[in-house]
This record gives sequence, structure tokens and C-alpha cells, in this order.
Amino acid sequence: MNRMTRRRVITTGLATAAGVSGLAVAERIANRYGLIPPDHQGILGAGESLTYAAQRILTSRHSRAREFSRSEISRVAPVLGDPPVIEAYLRLVPGGFTDWRLTVDGLVSRPSSFSLAELKRFPVHSQITHQACEEGWSFIAEWIGVQLSFVLDVVGTLPQAKYVVFTPYENDNPPNVWWESIDMADALHPQTLLAYGMNGSDLPIPHGAPLRLKVPRQLGYKNTKYLHRVTVTDSVAKIGKGLGGSFSEDGYSWYAGI
Amino acid sequence: MAEPAQLSGPSVQKFEVLDSSRHSLLVRVTHWIYTLSFFGLVLSGLAIILAHPRLYWGETGAVGAPSLIDLPVPFVRDIPIRGPGRYVHYLSAWICVTTGLIYVLAGTFTQHFRRNLLPKRKHFSWHSISQVVLDHLRFKKPTEEGARSYNVLQRLSYLTVVFVLLPLMIWTGLAMSPAIVSVFPFVVTVFGGQQSARTIHFFAALSLVLFLLVHLVMVCLAGFTLRTGAMIIGSSAVRRDRP
Repeated sequence: MNRMTRRRVITTGLATAAGVSGLAVAERIANRYGLIPPDHQGILGAGESLTYAAQRILTSRHSRAREFSRSEISRVAPVLGDPPVIEAYLRLVPGGFTDWRLTVDGLVSRPSSFSLAELKRFPVHSQITHQACEEGWSFIAEWIGVQLSFVLDVVGTLPQAKYVVFTPYENDNPPNVWWESIDMADALHPQTLLAYGMNGSDLPIPHGAPLRLKVPRQLGYKNTKYLHRVTVTDSVAKIGKGLGGSFSEDGYSWYAGI
Repeated sequence: MAEPAQLSGPSVQKFEVLDSSRHSLLVRVTHWIYTLSFFGLVLSGLAIILAHPRLYWGETGAVGAPSLIDLPVPFVRDIPIRGPGRYVHYLSAWICVTTGLIYVLAGTFTQHFRRNLLPKRKHFSWHSISQVVLDHLRFKKPTEEGARSYNVLQRLSYLTVVFVLLPLMIWTGLAMSPAIVSVFPFVVTVFGGQQSARTIHFFAALSLVLFLLVHLVMVCLAGFTLRTGAMIIGSSAVRRDRP
């Protein structure tokens, strides 16, 4: 009886120790392989971490968002949110954004800025993909632009890069910058574009002219419009509230591959 | 699996243990964890669908494009319930799926489905089916003897929930994930598109809510305290001083 009890105590103790250290090891491994999202805090963050880790293990650089034929392009392509109303943006509109420049900085060896014409001289990629809004509606459109990975190669991304942050022009009153960030798995994905064209013509203003992000393996709100700055970083902890984007600060999950 | 309920002492003298294995420990634990996560899923699902209460068929759909059904509720876009709702939805989904997997694996292993839920040949006799249907139409309270095992309507509805509706919920849920379908495109193409999956997700959820309502009405008719007690402590304790 006594022996049994002692044995039970020992096995229970060992099992508990194994469980606790197992969790600690799991967390360390998850962190090392970038499987923990910036919004991992709290009980809801635990579910989010599970979803993000599971999908990151399942998806790879090679899993491509579905592409469609030209005949499947939607006639209706709604938008959410209004274009920027600040002077810095408005003065660019009459000239067709010829004076606009995209700043690319952060953890890169050659911080640079590009005009629209320069971006258009890079290899052109186009895709006809499905974009779903977290509200529930969706549309299919053709997006034309340069692969983000190409631009990151041009500026020389440093090895410690973990996130790419996208900053648009302020577009609300009171001023609000709807910045977002994505991990390197999506940033280096071949379908992730800096898009300057849509359905065969220049990107319309409601859809984010002159340049927007297209990250077709995630929901619409990750596809930041009206870009003027792209920043490579190893941590988003010190940006805003540290949740990786304005939508996360507003209560939406940072990872939107759902 | 089930531990016999030890009912003794003056406070429970009026009770008698009729069937100590009314619900196994596995069924009881998974039932209540599932109940909690189901409420999480339904409430957060409501918060999500209210942002755009229109359903479509095919790949795409939006205001300005033809809809399949316009739900008779307003568009709720400015109340900040959707973001937190989405977090709750996925956390609850993880709990629900994990619990469901444990339940299905253990239920298969312990022959719970074969013994208690799979209808037997005798259930399909005309007499048996008409009796059950008539009893339900008359809101007849089941006898203690009858309440010990599931009748054919219960068996079929439980099996439909476990093996048809819940798997369909999971499948259509995954079909709406652009990341998941980038790996497994057939998950969404079998439904004919992302919006079709969303529509089926909604109607399967509605069927589950209807099942829950019928389930609750039946529990109340059969004796709420008794049946709920059985799902908590596992046994059907019956008061002797009541017929």
C-alpha cells in the first residue's frame, strides 16, 4: 500500500514535471520557429497562437492562394474605409502620383525609396485572387504589381528580419494610421505583391492608389492600402501597443489566414 | 468507465439509484465542455454574421451582387463585437474540435456509439417508429424503463449531430480560410466556392441551434432536474415518493 502510494507520488510528480517542461520546451520551439503571434496574450491569445502555429506548420512558401480565370473577376468590388484626406496625399493625386515615393527601411542593408515608375520597371507579376472581408463579403480581382520579396531583395533584408511593417497615409479624422505587419513567411511568399494595378488598369483610389499590399492567403484587412512606407523589423513589440497592427489594437486578430 | 454514484446519508434517503451507468464519465465531461464551447461559437458566430447578414452562392458575394438570402436582421457594423467575437469563435472552435475528437475516439473504442446510439433492427419496425412518433406528438413523458435507453428518434438525431452536422461545421469553417485552402483547395471547391461554404456553415449552425432547442424542450418534458442531474452525476436518481 505504502509502496503503491509512493510509486503513485513519483509517477504523478514525474508526469507533472514532464508536462510542465514539455510546455516550456514547446513554447521555446514555437518561439524559435516564429509560431507565436504578437497578439498571443491572455486566454483568447492562446487560441490565436494555436491557430497561427497550426496554419504556419501546414502552409509553406509553396502553398499558393487559389487563382481564377479572367471570366471569374467580380463585377462588384466594394471597399471599406475612405481615402486619406491629408494634404501630403491629396497633393499627389492630380499628378497621377508621379511625386509619390515608397520608403523601404529598417533591417535592410540599403535603405531606399522608389518612385511609382521605378517600381513598375521591376518584374511585373499579376494574379487573379479572391479577397474576403472579415465582415463576410468577398470579390475576385486581378492585381498587378511587384513581388514584395523582389523589393526586399533589392534593399537587402538582414537575416534577423521577422516582420515587415506597412505604413499608409493617415486617413481619418481624427488622424489614424491603419498600419499592419506580416511575418516573413507571408512577406517572402511569391503571391505577396506590392500592387499598383487592378483589373488591367492603374489601382483606383478607393482600392488604395498608388500602392497597396496584396497578401492573398489572409483576409482583406491585412492588405494595407495607400502605402508610403515599408519597414523591416525583428520585433513589433515597441510599435504602437505591440500587437502588430492597428486592427489588432482594435480587437481583430493579427494573423488573418483564419 | 462510469463510477457508481455513492448516494447515502439522510439527505438523499428519498433517492434510489436506478441505473448507475446512465451516462458514462466520458459522455458527461465532454457534454458540458462541449456545451460551453457551443455557446461561445453560437454567440460569437452571431456577432460575426450580423456584420453582413446576407448569404450568397458560389465564390463571391457583396452588396451590389445578387444574394441567395437576405436575413431579416439589420447590418451591425459599428458596434465593436466582431473582432473579439472572432477571437472567441476560434478559441471555442479549438475546444469544441478537441473535445469532439476525444468523444468520437473514446466513443468508438468503448462501443458507446454501437451500443447506445446506432439504431438496432427492432427500432425500425413500423410499430416501434409509430409508437415513438405518437408519444412525441402527445408530449408523453417517458417511463423510467423507456428513459434508460435512447429511442430511434434520439438515436438518429444524435448520430446526425455527431457525424453529419458537426463535421460539416468544421469542414465549411476551414473552407473559409484562405490559408487552409491554399494547401487543400478541394476543401472549398467541393462546395462550389467560399461563399457557398459560408452559407452552408450558417445553415448547419442553424440546424444545431434547432437541435439544441428541441433537446432542451425534451429534457424539460422528461424532467429537467432529473435529466440534468443524470448528465452531471451520471445516474438517474428517482424520488421514491413520486410515481
